[in-house]
Formats: sequence, C-alpha cells, structure tokens
Amino acid sequence: MSQAGPGTPGAAETLPPVFEGAARRELDAVLKQYPTKQAALLPALWIAQRRQGWISPAAMAEVAEALGVTVAYVKGVVTFYTMYHQHPVGAHVVQVCTTSPCNLRGAEAVVTALLQATGCRRPGETSPDGQWTIVETECLGACGFATPLMIDDDLIESVTAEAVPALVARYR
Amino acid sequence: MGYPHPSHPRETVLLSRDFGDPEARRLDVWIRRGGYQALEKALGMGRDAVIEEVKTSGVRGRGGAGFPAGVKWGFMPKQKSRPHYLCCNADEGEPGTFKDREIMRWTPHAVIEGCAIAAYAIQAEDVYIYVRGEFTEPIRVLQGALDEAYAKGILGANAMGRGVRIDVTIHRGAGAYICGEETALMNSIEGKRGNPRVKPPFPAAAGLWGCPTTINNVETLAAVPHIVVKGGAWYKGLSLSNPRSTGTKLFSVCGAIAKPGNYEVTMGFPMKDLLWDLAGGPLPGRRIKAVQPGGSSVPFITAEEAERTLLDYEGCLAVGTQLGSGGVIVYDDATDLVYQVMRLARFYAHESCAQCTQCREGTAWTTKILQKMLRGEGRAEDLDLLADLAEQMTGKTICVLSDSCAAAVTSAMQKFRPDFEACLRDGRRAGAA
Repeated sequence: MSQAGPGTPGAAETLPPVFEGAARRELDAVLKQYPTKQAALLPALWIAQRRQGWISPAAMAEVAEALGVTVAYVKGVVTFYTMYHQHPVGAHVVQVCTTSPCNLRGAEAVVTALLQATGCRRPGETSPDGQWTIVETECLGACGFATPLMIDDDLIESVTAEAVPALVARYR
Repeated sequence: MGYPHPSHPRETVLLSRDFGDPEARRLDVWIRRGGYQALEKALGMGRDAVIEEVKTSGVRGRGGAGFPAGVKWGFMPKQKSRPHYLCCNADEGEPGTFKDREIMRWTPHAVIEGCAIAAYAIQAEDVYIYVRGEFTEPIRVLQGALDEAYAKGILGANAMGRGVRIDVTIHRGAGAYICGEETALMNSIEGKRGNPRVKPPFPAAAGLWGCPTTINNVETLAAVPHIVVKGGAWYKGLSLSNPRSTGTKLFSVCGAIAKPGNYEVTMGFPMKDLLWDLAGGPLPGRRIKAVQPGGSSVPFITAEEAERTLLDYEGCLAVGTQLGSGGVIVYDDATDLVYQVMRLARFYAHESCAQCTQCREGTAWTTKILQKMLRGEGRAEDLDLLADLAEQMTGKTICVLSDSCAAAVTSAMQKFRPDFEACLRDGRRAGAA
C-alpha cells in the first residue's frame, strides 16, 4: 500500500490517543450523566472526532475500551450516523442541504458553485489541496432559509450560488 | 418580535413572542418576562393536578403524531418502582420543518421550563433533550441556558429549593432522520444504532433502559408553561375550528413561497390566509400548485384544496392529508413535481434504517424507478409498479418511514397524474426546479 488511506493502520498510528487530559475529563463528566457506560457512545465519538477530525480505527478501539463494548459494536454505531466521518476529511467540511424545500430554491446550483470554488470533483470528495470536503446532506432543518449549509460547525443561511465564492474565500 | 420577519398582526404570538430577541436567552431577562412562574406554580400543585391541567388544555403532540400530551403523561405509572425518564424530542429533521430550531435558539428557557414541569408531573428525575447533531447553535444556546438554570438552583438535586431532583442533559445526535422516531431516539440515547423498536411495549411501559418513559416534542413542552400559568381551559379556548384542535401552532412555511418563515397561528386558521396573506403568496409570476402541509411525510394536496383547508388536525384529514409537524412545503407551477417527488423518495431511501425489507428495498426502488423516468427511460407500466410498491410499503413495517415515502408518491401520482404521464413521455422537465 503506497498511500495511507481510510482504514489503513498507517493513517491511524500517527494520531495521538483521544482520551487523555481534558478529553478524558470530558468523557468522565459525560459518563456521570447516564446510568450505563454504553449511553456515552455518541458523546464519546463526538469527542474523538473533535480531537482527530474523523473516527479512526484506533479511536474506535479506544472508545470501545473506555465504554466496555466491542470494537465491532462501535463500528456498527459509527456507520449508522452520517455525521461521523469514517475517513479523513478536508480541513473544512461543507454540508449542503439539497432536500426538496431547498432544492426548489436552487440548492443544486449552490452545490455546483461550491465544487467550482473549491476544486472538488464531485460531492462526497475532498479537494486535491486537502482543504475542502463538499457533502450533499439531507434536510438541515432550516428550510425557510434556503439554501442553508454548514461549514464545519457554522450554519449559514440563505446561501445563493452567486454568494459562494466570497463565502469560500472567508474560510480559506 | 418575530424571526425572520416581524410577527404578522394576524398571528397569535405565544411561543414566538421572543423570536429574534437574543436578550430572551438570558435567565434574568427571561424571569423578568414571567419565566419560571409556571414551574414554581406546578411544583406547588399535585402531580396529578398538573397532568389534569394539560389534559384539559387539549394540547396534542406537535412533533407530528398529534397524540394528546396530557393523556400520554397519564399513561406513566403512578406507583414508581423504577426510574422514570422524560425525553424531549429536538431531533427536528422532517423536511419542511424548522420551528423547534427557533424555539430552542431564541427561547431556550421555555424548553427547559416545559421539561422541568413535565418531569415533575411524571416523576422523572432525569431529562434527556435529544437535539439533532446539525443544530450546533441551538445546542450552544440551550447549554448556556441550562448552565444558568443550574447555577440559579432551578435545576439539580434540589430544584427550585423544593426538594425534587430534576437533571437535564443535552444528548447530541449525529445525523439520522430516523432518530426523530421515539423508540429510535431512545436507542440512540442508549448508545445504539437508531433502529426503531417494535411497539408494544410503548415507552410509558418500557422506554429508556426498559424504564417508564415519556417523550414529547420541543413545541409541545414549550407550550406547557403557558398552560400551567393561564390554565388548561384558557388554552383550550384558543381554537378557531373545533375543540379537538386547540392552542397555537407554529407553521414553518417554505419552498416556492414569497415570505418563508415561521408563523404562529391559532388552530383552525385558514391555510389560504397563511399562504396567500401571512407568507405573501407565490413567487412573482408563479402559481401555487401543490402543498404538503405537515412536512414531507404527509400526502400532497392541490392549491384548490389548500384554499379551503383549515389548519388543524381534522381540517387536514378532511382533504386527505395530515397536519404533521406543521412544515408547510409549497410547490409551484415552475416545479418539476416528479423530480421533487424523486428527491423526497431519495431522502427516505437515504434515511431508512434498513431493518425492514419493505422500507429498505421499497424506498430505494421507488427512487430508482423515478430516476429512470426522469432520464426519459420510463415505461407505461412504471406508474403501476410505483403504486404496487407503495402498497407493499404501507402498514407493514416497524415504523412509518416507509409509509411516509409511499404517501408522498401515491398522493402526488393521484392528484398530479398528468405530470407523471408527461414525465413518462418526455423525462425531466427542462428548466424546472
């Protein structure tokens, strides 16, 4: 294997452990909020993704260890939820809503403009410079503000195709 | 106030009074505006008296199912032998719906107060607010409000200094529409895949960790403080149509409409006035063609039907649709309806948890057949095939996701047959949205 891709040991080994220092304390605080350790799984995965940018196989193993469940179980949960990245992603992840209410108001043109402005070839892929991952997502719950999109943790309302280049420049 | 535009004079402003005013997020301001009086009052009432008040109000679940909230609370065991739990469903993901988002981001304390009152009434000490993962701002605002409520002693081991424990935790989802289904939501809180559970048992018998659990929508819980302070009878009086649909309802109007946004009106308000007056009617030069009044999961109605429909549970049923979550999606004459129906089917295919065959296969094949038609490769028998698929997807699965997809397709085919026939002939309409 010439390239460290998704799921390869090489990609995971370079990452520091998830649950040390503040992250460990955060997990301990989360565990107090539930009667079972297993219930802390979604919060634990959020902590892991915030620390590492995605959910690496090593992170899954750490989460499994911390919560007393198997790695296979953790993987089953990770793959169910679309917001957990199963592969390394760009420095910025953009989720654009293209479900019907937004689709009616030009959401697909916003996606096209984003691909052009960032150099991504198609939705779901990362730009060659590693800066951008553009994802078509289903309903962001902001249908009255078509087209909404999320850049990392920021929700931006009422984005038009024309506004995309300036928006991308702001995050570059 | 009002957000994104000022409240219309014809709105009945109860839950949306402070939309657009960031000051309302602050606990001191909220208390000055009457906040937490309801919790104070409720804690001085018997638990049963609180439940009775909510029953009297007639408030029905605002998440989509429309089940009477007081009756639901009444299903919880009176003799507590195991922990009781309350879940607040803030997984708002029904396409077309964006009301819970505004309630949480502008009036977080209304949600917290509603949760605390409900928790007291059903003898729950732990409340989980399940917020969809994409709602980063509502989560931040809600967490800030929770921190303030804890610091002030409103929540915690001795809530309001009245000797009851009420702890509230925000549980962040991670991108799964199906987790808005109540039993899937509970599985998700338990750290599992969000697969819906077979019912019965219902949550009041066996919910979170097998314990008695009540789950209410954000908007339902936000209405509770008003009911407690002003009385169930007062709330029941808020109705323009019939006593089975009471209170105010936030309608999220979106799609092909001049002024998209949330509008809070009294139950029974005419849909015609909501669309053509409050929301400004169609976009310039266009004509409204179809409406889904309760989110993407309810059947389509025509513009003519919308014009004579009253916005309440019974009024929507009368024209063969449902009030649902109150997400009003408007389609106009510039819409390629078949394309948009395909887009909805694709949504359901993407969001199917895949445990039931009828849903997993049915949503995927519905999408593929519609896509094939849109490419201009449709065959005459495809419409029958879609109808047959829809029948197999209805009433046969653990939850209603599959039924929702089928309802959108069959209602659209029934009411807008010429659009589907044109698509069979010509494929996707050039230049249409």
